[in-house]
Amino acid sequence: MTVSTLPDELRLTHLKQLEAEAIHIMREVVAQFEHPVMLYSIGKDSSVLLHLARKAFFPGPLPFPLVHVNTTWKFREMIEFRDRIVQEMGLELISWTNQEGIEKGINPFDHGSKNYTDIMKTQALKQALDAGGYDAAFGGARRDEEKSRAKERVFSFRDKFHRWDPKNQRPELWSLYNGRVNKGESIRVFPISNWTELDIWQYIHLENIEIVPLYFSAPRPVVTRDGVTIMVDDDRFQFEPGEEAEEKWVRFRTLGCYPLSGGVESTATTLPEIIQEMLLATRSEREGRVIDYDQSGSMEEKKREGYF
Amino acid sequence: MSHQSELIATDIEAYLAEHERKDLLRFLTCGSVDDGKSTLIGRLLHDSHMIYEDQLASLEADSTTQGSAGDQIDLALLTDGLKAEREQGITIDVAYRYFSTAKRKFVIADTPGHEQYTRNMVTGASTCQLAIILIDGRHGVITQTKRHSYIANLLGIRNVAVAINKMDLVDWSQERFDEIREQYLEFAKPLDLIDPVFLPMSALLGDNVVEKGDNLAWFDGPTMMAHLETVDVEAGIDLETFRLPVQMVTRPDLDFRGFAGTIASGVVRPGDQVVCLPSGVSSTVDGIVTMDGDLPIAGPGRAITLTLTDEIDVSRGDVLVSEGQEPLRAHNVDAMVVWMTDEAMTLGRQYLLQHANGLSNATVTTIHHRVDINTLEQQSTEELALNDIAWVQVSADRELIFDRYGDNRQTGAFILVDRLTNATIGAGMITGAGSSWDRAPEDSLQRQVSMVSAAERAVRFGQQPATVLLTGLTAAGKSTIATALERQLFDRGKVAVRLDGENIRLGISRDLGFTAADRSENLRRAAEIARLLNNQGITVIAAFVSPDATVRSRFKELVGDERSIEVFVDTPIDVCRERDASGLYERADASEIADFPGVSAPYDHAETFDLRLDASVLSIEESVAAIIEMLAERGHLRG
Repeated sequence: MTVSTLPDELRLTHLKQLEAEAIHIMREVVAQFEHPVMLYSIGKDSSVLLHLARKAFFPGPLPFPLVHVNTTWKFREMIEFRDRIVQEMGLELISWTNQEGIEKGINPFDHGSKNYTDIMKTQALKQALDAGGYDAAFGGARRDEEKSRAKERVFSFRDKFHRWDPKNQRPELWSLYNGRVNKGESIRVFPISNWTELDIWQYIHLENIEIVPLYFSAPRPVVTRDGVTIMVDDDRFQFEPGEEAEEKWVRFRTLGCYPLSGGVESTATTLPEIIQEMLLATRSEREGRVIDYDQSGSMEEKKREGYF
Repeated sequence: MSHQSELIATDIEAYLAEHERKDLLRFLTCGSVDDGKSTLIGRLLHDSHMIYEDQLASLEADSTTQGSAGDQIDLALLTDGLKAEREQGITIDVAYRYFSTAKRKFVIADTPGHEQYTRNMVTGASTCQLAIILIDGRHGVITQTKRHSYIANLLGIRNVAVAINKMDLVDWSQERFDEIREQYLEFAKPLDLIDPVFLPMSALLGDNVVEKGDNLAWFDGPTMMAHLETVDVEAGIDLETFRLPVQMVTRPDLDFRGFAGTIASGVVRPGDQVVCLPSGVSSTVDGIVTMDGDLPIAGPGRAITLTLTDEIDVSRGDVLVSEGQEPLRAHNVDAMVVWMTDEAMTLGRQYLLQHANGLSNATVTTIHHRVDINTLEQQSTEELALNDIAWVQVSADRELIFDRYGDNRQTGAFILVDRLTNATIGAGMITGAGSSWDRAPEDSLQRQVSMVSAAERAVRFGQQPATVLLTGLTAAGKSTIATALERQLFDRGKVAVRLDGENIRLGISRDLGFTAADRSENLRRAAEIARLLNNQGITVIAAFVSPDATVRSRFKELVGDERSIEVFVDTPIDVCRERDASGLYERADASEIADFPGVSAPYDHAETFDLRLDASVLSIEESVAAIIEMLAERGHLRG
């Protein structure tokens, strides 16, 4: 077999290789599963995931719906962005809220981030997946986000209770993904497993992918509590004695429920400026995410229970 | 995180432009905790400034409670993932790490070095282009080093960087370094490696990992980081043989039908002729469709959608290939298999086989041998346990369309899946189409025994039956000698049957071609016939090119060594060419016939023969006389 050194026109940059890998994974899921779904969190990783999916099935439409687990505490701008994107791209979106949680008035202020996350995110997610009978769910998790994710598979097997067992994961070789599941079992699929935060930003920049404006700095009403800058996004915000909203130039590095997402003070209003700040920064992305720090190894615990 | 580029602060746009052009290197780190593997990875991440301050703070906290590095930050803790493992102090799975420099993005597959975890290393290695083999400078090449090198190589990794670590504990000795290098080169001879690169270092202190340091001034090679940034891993990429395993058919409306998949090898352009397998129907590439517009060309690793000019039937599991370079096809393949589950692999049990061209039911029909990964010895066995590596024959109920793993890691690999638990339980690397030599017959078959004894036949025919195998190049004179020998024996009142390679192909083997595998099968059939005839008391004269020494010895084994006489008709190739009346050599020269021994395929000269005849020197009569003499000597001409 003849070999030759790669000419430039055939050389794939790291982003092109990551893109090809993600597309391959998505196509494999659609070919192997009956009812795939994409979990759409509206964040930048979800925006990339959606962009990749459109590439994978071009010129056809997405062969699966999106599910958004709506805790009702998302930033208002996120929901506006979501609805506009769904409309513009002609997507099918299912917004799911845990009604039981709503009835009990579960909220991030009174119930602590652990309980709140469990009920409004983890339980809601399981309900949404069960309701749709989905056997495969795409997610935008990356292995570089957190220690326990470093060993996560691309096809992550879940039992019929959506539990992840770190000792019982299938070895994953080459690009042969084993998608066999029995009835009731499912897999979570992470097509951007091998991307880092920098890759995500570079790709957004290169591909001109639209993201929620909250990622860009703007004057926003915020409160600083235990060193975390929280945005006062609506009148449900519970002030503590002596607190009041002040306007600061802030942006968000990760988006979730507004009371649980810490902002950073910044003047970055363009993508290159955001990337510049990130590269010069010394704080990692998840630090603004309150839920990781409840207890040691806490992401691992959450994953065992079925959190993404 | 502070990437050490001035550009970040001064010209972020220029920085982005530079970084968006980086390429990607996936590598494997092999070694145990004791070799300082985790420390090396931690060092690469730390010194390339890929650790954030808060991670570092959490690391410092962990180091005081769990660390084993004394006062220093225990970099090893960075790479330990799951809680249980942290408590046990060992890494027990494949973990993936990421870092990048201005030149490359890196994906590290971090796999444990412990014996029981072959399975994890195999998993990690399957996607890597390079392996770092860690050696503790105090211990040199040990069993584990060999094991890791063998597995990396088995999985197709030819780029190896040997990190001779803990140089601080051997006084930074160049002599020691050279000694270990010699040890490694000696043992690695049988492996298929591109020149291994040897790098002395101290991962703990940082010398020669990212920074050169002061202690290894005598070493004039690169640092580990510099090597990783510059090593050429594109050299092995195959641009010649186009393979597109079709993942799915995209059909959004009646006007568009695209075939989506990732190019396993080769290059495609609009206008190229492609063949769809297994149907064998050809068509022409119309377009390479992507959301960013149609591409003029696409190469290995690219996920594309092809449209064709003709409405041919293509579905998931089919493979689009370049015309004239078709892959191998077989139901039975030989493969190296790594067993990955506690439940033993047993012969005849049904598994699911997942391969680039789809899913089939498969059984392992034969275990040729198991490889002891500590000694590389071949052992015979009836079943495989967790972490066993073996060369086996697999039989699938669907025809597999494949290349040898050594030629193509995408189309040459498969996994075995348990039909009940759906777990991935085995990994396979195809070495070629399976031959029938080893296939065990159905258990239900029983041999019928003759009522006539061998002794009675010997008396009747006045001979002890033998099989004379005449081997050698085309037109060496094999058939001429065979015909003359047959005449001689007949005239002496003996009973002999002549099996000629060409005659066999006219009938019994008319389904076979001239590939090495087909030649082997042709000879196996001849051997079965020879044995049958010998058992009836009849002598056999077999004239076959049989270029493969292994196949010749299998022939003799099947017929029975005491009955076999291998005669090598060793006529110089120039003489063969002159005598070749059928023009076969000319056609082979013109590439009209592929795999032609002596021209485009080798004739294995291993000295397996009992008698060597040079037909350019000896007359036919002399040659026949020499064979008759040997038959007589060995007692075959008396009843």
